Order: sequence, then structure tokens, then C-alpha cells
Amino acid sequence: MSNVFIAFQDNEDARPIIDAILADNTEAEATYPTGLVKIIAPGKLVIKRESIEELIGRSFNLQQIHVNLVTLSGHIDEDDDQFSLSWTH
Amino acid sequence: MDTPVIKKKLGLKDRYAAMTRDLAWDTTYQPMEKVFPYDKYEGIKIHDWDKWEDPFRLTMDAYWKYQGEKEKKLYAVIEAFAQNNGQLGVSDARYINALKLFLTGVTPLEYYAYRGFAHAGRQFTGAGARVACQMQSIDELRHYQTETHALSHYNKYFNGLHSPQHMFDRVWYLSVPKSFFEDAYTGGPFEFLTAVSFSFEYVLTNLLFVPFMSGAAHNGDMSTVTFGFSAQSDESRHMTLGIECIKFMLEQDPGNVPIVQGWIDKWFWRGYRLLSIVAMMQDYMLPKRVMSWRESWEMYVEENGEALFKDLARYGIRKPKGWIQACEGKDHISHQTFAVFYNYNAAAAIHTWIPSEEEMAWLSEKYPETFDTVYKPRWDFWREEAAKGNRFYQKTLPMLCQTCQIPMIFTELGDATKIAYRESDYLGNKYHCCSDHCKEIFDNEPEKYVQAWLPPQQIYQGNCFKPDVDPTKEGFDPLLAVLDYYNMKVGSDNFDFDGSEDQKNFAAWNGDTVDGAKK
Repeated sequence: MSNVFIAFQDNEDARPIIDAILADNTEAEATYPTGLVKIIAPGKLVIKRESIEELIGRSFNLQQIHVNLVTLSGHIDEDDDQFSLSWTH
Repeated sequence: MDTPVIKKKLGLKDRYAAMTRDLAWDTTYQPMEKVFPYDKYEGIKIHDWDKWEDPFRLTMDAYWKYQGEKEKKLYAVIEAFAQNNGQLGVSDARYINALKLFLTGVTPLEYYAYRGFAHAGRQFTGAGARVACQMQSIDELRHYQTETHALSHYNKYFNGLHSPQHMFDRVWYLSVPKSFFEDAYTGGPFEFLTAVSFSFEYVLTNLLFVPFMSGAAHNGDMSTVTFGFSAQSDESRHMTLGIECIKFMLEQDPGNVPIVQGWIDKWFWRGYRLLSIVAMMQDYMLPKRVMSWRESWEMYVEENGEALFKDLARYGIRKPKGWIQACEGKDHISHQTFAVFYNYNAAAAIHTWIPSEEEMAWLSEKYPETFDTVYKPRWDFWREEAAKGNRFYQKTLPMLCQTCQIPMIFTELGDATKIAYRESDYLGNKYHCCSDHCKEIFDNEPEKYVQAWLPPQQIYQGNCFKPDVDPTKEGFDPLLAVLDYYNMKVGSDNFDFDGSEDQKNFAAWNGDTVDGAKK
């Protein structure tokens, strides 16, 4: 199965996003190339707005991930509640 | 107090559609074919534009908001860098030469991308595709601006950064990126997206940005690394446009598959050739090295590429024709390319150097199959010659490949001691290419590539002199006249790093002598 990945700037804003992803995607793993946090997962990865809101204690618009996003790999599906990456084939 | 009731909103997908493609209409005063005349001639058949799935769904209000936040963060870092003399924190002033190549060779491509996407953003019949291109066009202009700002600080302190746009339009090594992009944006809108959004910004992008920006971080260049990460987040949207366009074309009509495959073959190869200069920067020009070109290629192309082409196999798309040769090239191209700049350093607006013993040991370790046998002997020879006072400078102009416009330095698959030469005849003239793949690109559209503006040919034809130049005057030196046409400052922009003004200045600013700095 092919890996998807997503990478964010390694800063405080991205921390709850990273934590939410790692909590919601049990097979995801984080690596730390200089200045980045890169999360790799087999096949699929989901970012859930609710999980992030739980961590930060306030409302969060998923599109805010753009501010700290660096790069990604996989087909995107997004709506107001979740943002996912997958290689379905 | 009552809990505020949140009014029901449209979901993201519906909101986005309402604000973009639902505002489009089919024209009646003029036929649609006349309003959108350029999206059929490439032979790509689209039966239903409604099947276009929008990549990222950023409506303009969200776009301005989040891009605005990114800009504020970026410019704060750039200002802090300037105020704190961040250029002194760079590991070694040799590193700045990588930035000189970036500013003159990559930044102008952002401007070309802005124009190309603005054009494509007018040409597609489907409103969804037009909106995505228009947004990307703004992103690319942003990249041109932010790169220029991030790198302009270095122009105050180092040579060779003073005339990026002027040099881009004239200098021999910069015709490589220039011709790459001009090839793309003189194609139709579908080829343009396949070339840029898919092949360059999806398949190959991480190779340019992630290792290079990590390299910038490792070498104390906060300005560039911040720009790099900020731009790359825009790139993630561009990548999705690329993959969406490919999927859309392939799903709309089976007849599109061979056309798209041909473009993927062409543009993977052209992109791979273009990246030779990045390979060289990564292996030779980062005093504090991060990973080798070979390692980056394996991670970002071989691994990710496997996943991507496995996904596209269901449409009948296979890996690009040049894949095997490009993978073999990972052991060679960085060494071959830096050698060119070393040899032609009299005519390049950067400094070069022989790698130190320590750097050669790193290269040996990273390239166990090729460095010691093929490339180290050359560096050893040039070092010996330089020590004798015979620093080797190549004084004749190179033969370039008609397609990629790189000097003919690339070798045959499986034999690194043999330069690869390929020829094509067209309308009574002979044209030269560096590889089967560049030759195939030429042979497919010779009427396009015979129009290439090749620097050596142009120089020999006398087209690379300033208008007031008099070749009959005593003491006329054609090479110096060409360098003047390039706006290159001889003695400060070019020649070895050792003995350069950059080296002396950097040592002085850091309170070192040049020898002290070397220790």
C-alpha cells in the first residue's frame, strides 16, 4: 500500500494539528526534518476539525491549516469537518 | 443570556461552487467556441466540464485571509533577518552562490508561471478550471515577490545578485530554465497544466523545495527557509490542481490517454534535466550538507512516484519513458553539472571552488558507485592544476542540447565515460541533443525547437553585444564584451570563491581573516 504524507512547519500553531492527526490515525508516524513535522501514513490520513477544537479549546476552521501547511501527497477530500488524504488504488 | 443559534450554512463544497463555477454562464451573444478558442486544438476531448472536481476549495475571502496571515508571518521574519544582519549567520559565504543561482534561475520562472496561469485561466471552457488557474496565477506572482524580497537582502552584501531579470533573459546557463518555461507556456492550456501543475509541481516539486529549504535551514539562511516553507504551502494547492487536471483529462475520454502520456513523458524528462542545477547545489554548494541529491531523488521521486503512478495505472498511464535513465542519473548529474560551472566560472555570475577533502569524503560516502571512480579524479586533477597556477578555465563555447539547452555533459546510460550525442536532421539542418529523450522531444515538434535561442549560437552570430560595441576596435575581446552584455561585473561576480570579494567581506564582517575563516 502506498503512503500518504502531510508536512507542517514545526511551530506552536501546528502542534495541535499534528497531535490531532496522530491521535486519529493510529498508523501515522511523525518525522522531524529541519523546520518541519512530516506525518506519513499508509493509504489514508484524516484531519478532523473536532479533534483539533478539543485540543485548543476554541473553534477552528479547518482551512486554517493552510497557514502552516508545507506540503502533502495523496488525493484530497475536504469539507468543513474533515480533510483527508488517500491513495485509494 | 441565550446561546446564539448558528444559522445553517452551505457546506464547504456547495459554498465554493456557489461562489465560483455557479457564477459562470454559457455565452449567447457569441458562441462558446469563439469565446474559448484555445482549449480544443490540442486534441483533448472534454465531454462534461461539470465533472471537474475543484481541488482546494478556498473562496476568495478565505484566500485573502489565510494568504494575508502567511504574508505577515513571512515579512516579519524577513524584516527580523535584515535588522539582525542575518546574512552573518550563514554557515559560509560559499553558500550564497546557491542563492545567486536561485534568484537568477528560479525566481523569474515564478513570473513566467504567473503569466502562464493567467493565460490558462482565460482559456479553459470550464469555470472551475479557470478559477483554479487564476488563483494559482496570483500565488505565482506572490512567489516572485516573496523570493525577490527574501533574496534582495543578500544583494546588499554579496556580488552577482544585482541583475536577475537582465541575466535571465541573456546568460547561457539561464537559458535552461527560461526555455523550459517558454516551451510550457507556448503550448496549449492542457499541455501547460500537464507540464507545470502535474510534472513540475506534483511529481518533481518536493525535490526542489524540501531538501533545498532544509539545506537553507542547516546553513543559517532563515530568510530563504521561511520563504520556502511559506511558498510550499501554496504549492500543495498547485499539486492538487495538477493531479485533478490529469485525472479529469484521463476520465473524460480514452482518446486523451495517449496525448497525456506523451506530455508526461516529455515534461518529466524536461523537468529532470532542469533539476540538474538543483542537484549540483545540493551536493556541492551547501557547506553544511543535509542529504545527497541521490537520497532526495530516492525519497521524493522513486518512493512518491511509485505511489503516484500506481494510482494512475488504472487509467492506462505508465511511468514516464525517461524514468529508468533519470533514476540512473541520480549518481551522476550533480557531479557533471558542478564541473560545468567550475570550468566556465569566468562566464558565470557565481563563484565556484574545488570541494575540500572533507567534502570529497562525504561525496565518496554518498556516491559509492561513482564518485571515487569517475568524478574524484577530475577534481583532484583540477586542484593540482590550480595549485600549479594553471587554474583550468574552459575558453571555448559548449555545444548545447537543442531541447534542454544544457551543455552536452550527460553520459550514456550505463557508461559514465561516454558523452551521449544524438542528432536529428530537419529541413536540411542538423540538430544536436543530449539524450534519446531530448531527441524524441525535438523530433516530435521540430518546428518549435529549431526556433530555440541558443546562447552559443547567438554569441557567435554577434547577437550578444551591447549596441555600441565595435568589434574592429583595438583590444576588442569578444568574451569580455559578452560578459558586459550580460551585465556581469568581471572580477567581482565571477571566478573562484577563493580570492573573491565575497570571501574577503564575509571574513571581515565576522572578524576573521580569510585564512582564519578557512580553518
